[in-house]
Amino acid sequence: MSGGTTPKIRLRGLAKAFGPKVVLDGVDLDIRAGHSMVILGGSGSGKSVTLKCILGLIQPDAGLIEVDGQDLSKLTRREREALNDRIGMLFQNGALFDSLPVWENVCFKLLAQRRITRRAARDKAAEVLAQVGLAASVGDLSPAELSGGMQKRVGLARAIAAEPDIIFFDEPTTGLDPIMGAVIDGLIVDCVKRLGATAVSITHDMASARRIGDDAAMIHKGKIVWTGAAATLGATGNALVDQFAKGEREGPIQMELRR
Amino acid sequence: MDRALDLTAGLGRAAILVLRGAGAVALFAAEALLHLLRPPFYGRLFLRAFVEIAWFSLPVVALTAVFTGMVLALQSYTGFARFNAEGAVANVVVLSITRELGPVLAGLMVAGRIGAAFAAEIGTMRVTDQIDALTTLSTNPMKYLVAPRLLAGTLALPLLVVVADILGVMGGWLIGTQQLGFASGAYLKATFDFLETWDVVSGLIKAAVFGFIVTLMGCWCGYNSGGGAQGVGRATTAAVVSSSILILASDYVLTAMMFSR
Repeated sequence: MSGGTTPKIRLRGLAKAFGPKVVLDGVDLDIRAGHSMVILGGSGSGKSVTLKCILGLIQPDAGLIEVDGQDLSKLTRREREALNDRIGMLFQNGALFDSLPVWENVCFKLLAQRRITRRAARDKAAEVLAQVGLAASVGDLSPAELSGGMQKRVGLARAIAAEPDIIFFDEPTTGLDPIMGAVIDGLIVDCVKRLGATAVSITHDMASARRIGDDAAMIHKGKIVWTGAAATLGATGNALVDQFAKGEREGPIQMELRR
Repeated sequence: MDRALDLTAGLGRAAILVLRGAGAVALFAAEALLHLLRPPFYGRLFLRAFVEIAWFSLPVVALTAVFTGMVLALQSYTGFARFNAEGAVANVVVLSITRELGPVLAGLMVAGRIGAAFAAEIGTMRVTDQIDALTTLSTNPMKYLVAPRLLAGTLALPLLVVVADILGVMGGWLIGTQQLGFASGAYLKATFDFLETWDVVSGLIKAAVFGFIVTLMGCWCGYNSGGGAQGVGRATTAAVVSSSILILASDYVLTAMMFSR
C-alpha cells in the first residue's frame, strides 16, 4: 500500500495492554499521504487505542509510530507540540469546551498559539463554520445549545480551522441519523480534499467507511487482519471483513458474552 | 499470629497507598507550579478563576465570618463571666478570628464551593474527552486548566480572609455593644490594643496555603476522575473531603510552626 514512497503514518508492532487485557497485539499499518484511511473493527477491538497512541494521548508498551518518517518516541516535547500543530481531531462526542462559545471552540488552537487576535478569530470562525454548513450566528451559541449533528459540524470546524495536514476522525457518524451521517461524511470528504490532508477515521459504520475512505483496514483482537480499498468492503474475500461488513451473526467473529 | 500478620500487612498496604497518593499529588503540584514559570500564560483564565473564587465566595465567607464573630462574643462572654473576665471578650474575638477561625472557616467554605466546582468541571472535561482535545489542540492541559486555578486560589483566599477578619470582628462588636452592654469605643480600643501585625499576617499566610490546598485537590481529583458521571461524583466528594482534612491538618502544622515557643 505504500507504493514505494514513505507513508505519512507508519505503525509497526504497536502493542498496548491495560493490566492483563491486551488491546493492541502488534499493529502494523501504513497510511498513505493525501489519502483517507478508514480503520474498521468491533467495539473493544483496539481502534480508539490505536488512534490515541498516534496522537500521543496513550503511551504504547512497544512498537514504532512514524509520521513523515519521524519516530514519535524520539521527539522532544517541543517537536511533539509542533507535530500536534499539524494535526486535527474530531472526537466521537465532539469534546467541545462547554465553557467557551462556539466561535472560541472553532478557533481554539489559533487563539491558544496567539496566531490570531480575538477579533480576527470571530471572522475566521464564521468562515470555517460556513465551510461546514453553519451560519455565522451559531458562533455565539454555547455548545450545550447545539444538536448532536451541529456539535459534530462544530467539532469538524475546530479540527480543520488551523488547516492541518493530518486529520483524525473518531466515529464521526455515531449517534447521528442516517441522513445527518451522510451529510457529515460529505463534509469530511470535502474538507479533507480541500486541505489535501491525510485522513484517518475509525468507525464501525460501513456506509460511512465506504463514503469517506480511499483505503480501509480491519482490526480484530488487537491486530490488523486486512487492508485494501474501501470500495471493496463487503466483497473482500476475507471472512472476518465480509462478516463485519454484512453484519452477520454467524462467522469467524464471535461476540464475547459474559455469562 | 496469623491475624496479627494480616493486620500488619493491611496497615502496610494502606500506608503504601497513602504515600503513593501523596507522591502523585506532590508531582502534580510541582508540574503545575513549573507551568506557572514557563510561557504561554493564560491571564484570562487566571482572572476568571480569581473572580470565581474571590468574588462569588464572598457572600458565604462573609456570612460565616459575621455569625462566627457573634457566636464567639456571646460564648466567651458567658464563659468568662465565671472568672469575672468579661473584659477580654474583644481580645478573644479578634485573636480567634484573625489567627484561626477566619482562615480555617473561609478555607472550609471555599473547599465546599470551589474544590467541588473545580473537581466537577475538570472531571467532566476528563470523561467527555475535553482534556484529550486540549492536547490535540497543542495546549498543555496542566498549564491551561491547573496552573491558573492554583495561582488564583493561592492569591484569592487571603483576600477573602481579610474580609472575613473585618466582618468577624464586626460581628463580635455588634453583639458586644448591642447585647452585652460594652461601649462601642471601649470595645474597639480593646480589640486593637492587643492586636499585633503578626496575628493578621499569620492568618493570611495560612489562607494562602489553604487556597493552594483547595484548588490543588479540586484540580487533582477532577483531573484523575474516571468512570462517567459516577466517577465525577466521587471526584467531587473526594476533593471536598481531602481538602477539608488537609486544611485542618496543615492548620495544626502551620500553627505549631508560627506560634510554638
